[in-house]
Amino acid sequence: MQEILRVEGLSKTFRLSTKQQRLERTHAKTRVAVDRLSFSAYKGEIFGLLGPNGAGKTTTLRMLATLIKPDSGDATIDGFSIRTQPGQVRARIGFLTSELKLEEFFTPRYLFDFFSALHNIDLQLVAQRRESLFARFGIDEFAEVKVSELSTGMKQKASLAISLVHDPDILIFDEPTNGLDVITAKVVTDYLAELRGGGKTIILSTHIFSLVEKLCDRVGIIIEGRMAIAGTLAEVSPQRSLEDTFFDLYVSTTGEVA
Amino acid sequence: MMAQTTPQRSGLLAIIKKEFARFFTDRRMVLTTLLLPGLMIYLVYSFIGSAMGSMFTVDEDYAPTIYAVNLPASVQPMMEGADLSVTPVTEAEAEDVKQQIADKEADLLIVFPADFDEAVTGELGGGGVNSVNGVDGSDGSGSSGVGGSSASAAQNPPQVEIYYNSTRVESSTMLNVTTGILDAYKYSLAPLFSVNTAEGGYDLATEQDSAGFLLASLLPMVMMIVLFSGCMAIAPESVAGEKERGTIATMLITPLKRSELALGKVLSIAFISLLSGTSSFIGLLLSLPRMLGDTAASGTETLLYGVPDYLMLLAVTFATVLLFVGLISIISAFARSVKEAGTYVTPLMIVVMLIGVLGMFSQSAQDNLLYYLIPVYNSVQCMVSVFSFTANPPYVAVAVVENLLLTGLCIVLLTRMFNNEKIIFSR
Repeated sequence: MQEILRVEGLSKTFRLSTKQQRLERTHAKTRVAVDRLSFSAYKGEIFGLLGPNGAGKTTTLRMLATLIKPDSGDATIDGFSIRTQPGQVRARIGFLTSELKLEEFFTPRYLFDFFSALHNIDLQLVAQRRESLFARFGIDEFAEVKVSELSTGMKQKASLAISLVHDPDILIFDEPTNGLDVITAKVVTDYLAELRGGGKTIILSTHIFSLVEKLCDRVGIIIEGRMAIAGTLAEVSPQRSLEDTFFDLYVSTTGEVA
Repeated sequence: MMAQTTPQRSGLLAIIKKEFARFFTDRRMVLTTLLLPGLMIYLVYSFIGSAMGSMFTVDEDYAPTIYAVNLPASVQPMMEGADLSVTPVTEAEAEDVKQQIADKEADLLIVFPADFDEAVTGELGGGGVNSVNGVDGSDGSGSSGVGGSSASAAQNPPQVEIYYNSTRVESSTMLNVTTGILDAYKYSLAPLFSVNTAEGGYDLATEQDSAGFLLASLLPMVMMIVLFSGCMAIAPESVAGEKERGTIATMLITPLKRSELALGKVLSIAFISLLSGTSSFIGLLLSLPRMLGDTAASGTETLLYGVPDYLMLLAVTFATVLLFVGLISIISAFARSVKEAGTYVTPLMIVVMLIGVLGMFSQSAQDNLLYYLIPVYNSVQCMVSVFSFTANPPYVAVAVVENLLLTGLCIVLLTRMFNNEKIIFSR
């Protein structure tokens, strides 16, 4: 197994605003979102980061995608450091999250070509990829429709297609099925499995146990910013459901189920 | 696997192309930022111009209502000669007329002393001004000498009282006309001296000068406001808007350099702002004739700015717009939404307007290099100097270069902000 992602002691602390302090009824000025997180992912697998809301999944993925910088620790993707070689990392990853939006004014076709230009991809290759991806997700009919007029599912599929303009080897996916209807969710999860079949590596975050059980080769459970356990599904949760394992871990880590 | 061909140019170009596509294919945006400003300025300024014109002039065929008490036989033909019909009233009716003037129903009330004609001609009959003094002196006041004679002369001449209403243009105009007639009459009776009575030719300013003077006091302020509002219409939307909608982060996860994003945005916004400014400027030029009135407008036709003047103006305008866009973009990058950006930019807008107004009052350009080093103010200085034909090219160059350097600084700052997760993900 070839290690393609190595995360070592990644940490991130946020400063809380007075408003946030009031909302969360705390006097702490800072909050540790990710606490010395370490794990590895191997080429051609789907790695799931499982955890409750606020566990630090999104922060971790944002750091891996070079959108935010870690306070300490580092991660290498395909041998490139997210701290010191963000440009190289960006060229190799596709990052998808519901928070990154497509400009509503443009059409999927325009945006596909625009992001291809940002990735500096040969025009002939762009047309070829656009055709196959748009056909794969059924976007071709809507290629010239403004994003603002697309349905939520179609928007999500367009986002997915556009995150793949540069045919990245690693796909980082934050909550891939959040807010999607069952049909679109299936299209997306099927495609992730298909990508894995093609040798791509996928890192995804979720709080849905069934998604991990169905899709992931290996899983890491994050609780309060720390990696509670990581390994293959069989290693993490032998002979019982992932849900039971998770809650046992959760209670032993935090001392309660809120 | 990765094609390593000059990624820098491609990213910058892609950003500029996208910004242009965003703008020029949006009919609503083109309409509101390119067509409307020019049209609005033309309509509003034309309206203001004609409204101001009618405020300070009286229609040529206006028939004034002028009343007079004891209208002397000598004055009546002069008034008629000036096409002013005067209605005689008695002293008892005068109070009534005054009320009408106060109520803006009548224009003028002239009250002559009962023996006006006798008094003026009688004094003249004494053989000139000096003899008037002699007659006065004989009434027993006992004064003599030069000082005494002038004091007594002031006591005795018949007094004409003209009642008018300064808040009514027709009334003020009639006051001037009537006073002019009476002054001329007075001069004909006692020609001591006169001032500027010939048909004109006293103002030695050339037409070009006076038109340049008008433009120099008016245009810099208008241009600053027009250019700034052009930038204001586009920059917050392009920077804060993308941040608000979460589309900027989508670009930031591509290999696109942050500096290319910053430079691409500033350049394309500046170009579109210039177009918007041009639209406003054309509207302004078209409304100028009505705004300044006929004489000044005919002067503007004689305005012959040379090619160097236009080049300097162009350079100053470009540099100013770039600086504006840089500043507004930075402020917008701090804001969490377009609305917030608008709020943050307002103080800057007020400062720019004030500086523009300052240029309007300073009128002639300062001949001190220091003034050309103050950002924004130096743009006004340059414009004033070009419009009034006193531009000093090295100074203008200093101002332009400084503005460009500051814009560069803005772009560096913007690049750092795009790199700052606290700025990009602030909520």
